[in-house]
Amino acid sequence: MDLILQLLFTGIGIGAVYALVALGFVLIFRATNVVNFAQGEFSMVAAFLMVVFAVDLQWPYWLSFLLAIGGMALLGALFNLGVYYPLRHRTYLPVIISTIGASIFLANTTLALYGPQPQVLPPVFETQGFLVGPVFLDTQYLLIIAVTAVLVAFQYWFFEHTLIGKKLQATSQDKEMAALLGIPVAGMIMLTFVYSAVLGGIAGILVAPVLFVSIQMGATIALKAFAATIIGGFGDVTGAIIGGLALGIIETFGAAYISVPYKDAFAFIVLVAFLALRPQGIFGERIAEKA
Amino acid sequence: MTGSPRPVAADPVSAPRSPARGFPLGTLAYAALVAVAVFLAATTPFSGYVLNILMQAATYAIAVIGLTVVLGLCGQINLAQAAFFGIGAYAVGLGTVDLGISFWLCLPIGLVLALILGAVLGASTLRLGGHYLAMVTISFQQILTLIMINWIPVTHGPDGVPNIKRPGLFTDGQSYLALCVLVLAAVAYAVWRMPKTRLGRAMRAVRDNELAAGVTGIDIYRTKVMAFAIGALLAGLGGGLFAGSFTYISPDQFSFAESVVFLTMALLGGVGSPVGAVIGTGLLILIPEWLRFLKEIPGLYLAIYGLAVILIVVFMPEGIWGFLGDQVKRLRPRKAAPRAQDLTLTQDAATAAPVLEVEGLSKHFGGLKAVDEVSFTVTRGGIHALIGPNGSGKTTTLNVLSGLYTPTGGRLRLNGRDITRFAPHQRAGSGLGRTFQNIRLFRSMSALENVVIGAERPGNGIVAHDRASLEARARAALAFVGLEARADEPISSFSYGHQRLVEIARALAGNPVLLLLDEPAAGLNSSEKVALTALLRRMAAKGLTILIIDHDMTLVSDVASHITVLNFGRRIADGVTATVLREPAVIEAYLGQESTEGPGAGLKTDLAPA
Repeated sequence: MDLILQLLFTGIGIGAVYALVALGFVLIFRATNVVNFAQGEFSMVAAFLMVVFAVDLQWPYWLSFLLAIGGMALLGALFNLGVYYPLRHRTYLPVIISTIGASIFLANTTLALYGPQPQVLPPVFETQGFLVGPVFLDTQYLLIIAVTAVLVAFQYWFFEHTLIGKKLQATSQDKEMAALLGIPVAGMIMLTFVYSAVLGGIAGILVAPVLFVSIQMGATIALKAFAATIIGGFGDVTGAIIGGLALGIIETFGAAYISVPYKDAFAFIVLVAFLALRPQGIFGERIAEKA
Repeated sequence: MTGSPRPVAADPVSAPRSPARGFPLGTLAYAALVAVAVFLAATTPFSGYVLNILMQAATYAIAVIGLTVVLGLCGQINLAQAAFFGIGAYAVGLGTVDLGISFWLCLPIGLVLALILGAVLGASTLRLGGHYLAMVTISFQQILTLIMINWIPVTHGPDGVPNIKRPGLFTDGQSYLALCVLVLAAVAYAVWRMPKTRLGRAMRAVRDNELAAGVTGIDIYRTKVMAFAIGALLAGLGGGLFAGSFTYISPDQFSFAESVVFLTMALLGGVGSPVGAVIGTGLLILIPEWLRFLKEIPGLYLAIYGLAVILIVVFMPEGIWGFLGDQVKRLRPRKAAPRAQDLTLTQDAATAAPVLEVEGLSKHFGGLKAVDEVSFTVTRGGIHALIGPNGSGKTTTLNVLSGLYTPTGGRLRLNGRDITRFAPHQRAGSGLGRTFQNIRLFRSMSALENVVIGAERPGNGIVAHDRASLEARARAALAFVGLEARADEPISSFSYGHQRLVEIARALAGNPVLLLLDEPAAGLNSSEKVALTALLRRMAAKGLTILIIDHDMTLVSDVASHITVLNFGRRIADGVTATVLREPAVIEAYLGQESTEGPGAGLKTDLAPA
């Protein structure tokens, strides 16, 4: 029983990271109708930026964090201009291929610049954690869960209660109509990419002390986050969060009770099971093209 | 170009159309070219280094041609091509080394494994959008790499499999290279011819417009799964030969990075043709050899590939061969088309049942009853109109009829046969043809090819399903709508009104039992409308049964003999045209109030100027 509680805590912590990246997926998907296959690389790049600023240069953690987030915002903007914007009038397939190209480019440029050695980013707090009853609460996991909760709340407030949030929603639902109403659609899409890159970046920075900072972390996280969006229901914000948490828990229990080397395979199995049995996910509706 | 044959001789346009029986000239030239290439491969004394590069190029090209099928022809992405390549390679490696089985047995085992895994992977995902496929294939690739590395008792783990045996006759490098070149040539030829086959046309139709493919009788899902499985099979074939050529394999040769390399090769050369695949593979194997210093920094080489993918997609979406091919096409003189025959539309009059019986049909979207218990019957011959104000449920009814929506309740019978649960392509197979309000044509094809797909409708017994008969039938259909002279032009060169006519010709070529026309007059100017009216009359005169949906009262009252009126999803009138248009309920539905004029004033005169 103690082990179960402990695993549940770890699962929710890691699931929160998937949920954050999944949110980035969902936002870009809703704004542009394409899946950004480089979403995971945002996390990877941000984690490496943290290593550069906080470890190599020994700058204060908060300053490094701000710089890394600023870097991610810039990357999101460049990504939009270079990878999505030139293809915005084409079908989804060239855009997918282009984002895959970007993902490979980002991962391997980082590799070329930093080498294949995994890096370590120290946790934010000096205290490693504390025992509550039988469960050891790791401070970094607590931080991940707290930051995710805050970001989700912020996002809800931002989309539902601010004018710019409403404009973003209008853009994602009908670009032409939004443009006719005077909403700067290109600007809204730019904002979406910037915000998603920042979101992915925060997830990467949060999870970096838990995992190693490696070139592969982007692909791994993206895969899990994508599985999370499918479990939750594609394009659904609540679904992405629930799906992320569920996947984190499934994976943690799978690693503890079934197999550690194949830990990364559980996401795939759950993904295929959902695709076969309930492709619309928990919250989603079946999407059909109109005649 | 030694050792890597380029099937330039097989002319895509003229060769298949040459009326001569037997092998077309292009095929003979290609066979000669291949013979020379195989001979050179077997006899030229290459150094070991060159031999390795050529063998790598030949075996990689086979896998890249697999991407030509799945991505180029069918428009479905596969990011696990290296995994399937690996399955073929490991089948040969483990089979010949650990189990001591003959190469000739291991290779087919690898092919079957790749085919089955490809089919299963495709079957589980291809009902859904392309995003899912991309992610699922990436996942599959990762899982397979995990298995290759971790399942050490079987796969030898990261150490890989050394000392793989080549087959008896081909133990030395030269003859083995000749074998690889021969297989590549055969695969390239098969895929080169594929776009002009029934399956190839179906794949292109699915890529261009899935909805239209479905209603012209193509089983979309089956076509996609087949394309995916063929792509996997070719990767397995390339991988099996690859294992023999290097006699050593290890998991890193079949990683996600290699899938990306395959994708880049296909995109660079041109994903639409096996020639592009060969060009792309050749370039991306040679260039890194020339720029070896790039490989010294890990990652740099792949970073450039990633960047190249973006640049190609943005600036050269058709790839090198696609770009060259366009220039060649522009120079080629246009050939005179054969004379079209008269279009025959034969109706099977043996059954006395009405053509279409709609019974209590309902379609609800959540709480909205878009179509609510609608019943009507379309009798044989003549034009039946379904009308109603905006939002009355006309188009929903049509989409339920053609199978794009599943009904919430009710029954549909076509020629006495219950088709309520049929998929769109099955309805097409039973004789249902349709056009779309917002025209849906296969945009990468010529008008003729569009209409050939219509003629190929399963269950179309009026025409033999060989190329000559199908093209003759398609030309006849195009002649019927007056576009015979422009049959070979690409769809994009047609005006909106003419595209609508091509769409009608596509449906007519399939000799439908019932033709559904969804607002055919929408977007047409007044002279085009007059022409459309005449065309509808000529179609009806041929004995065709037509169900037309339109707002245009002039058109409807001119051509329809029978009218069903819907409002708020319910049937409010049904009967002979003149009577229906005088019914108060109909007039009210259209004008929103009682007609203020006398009882003699019907709807037709009220709305005539519209």
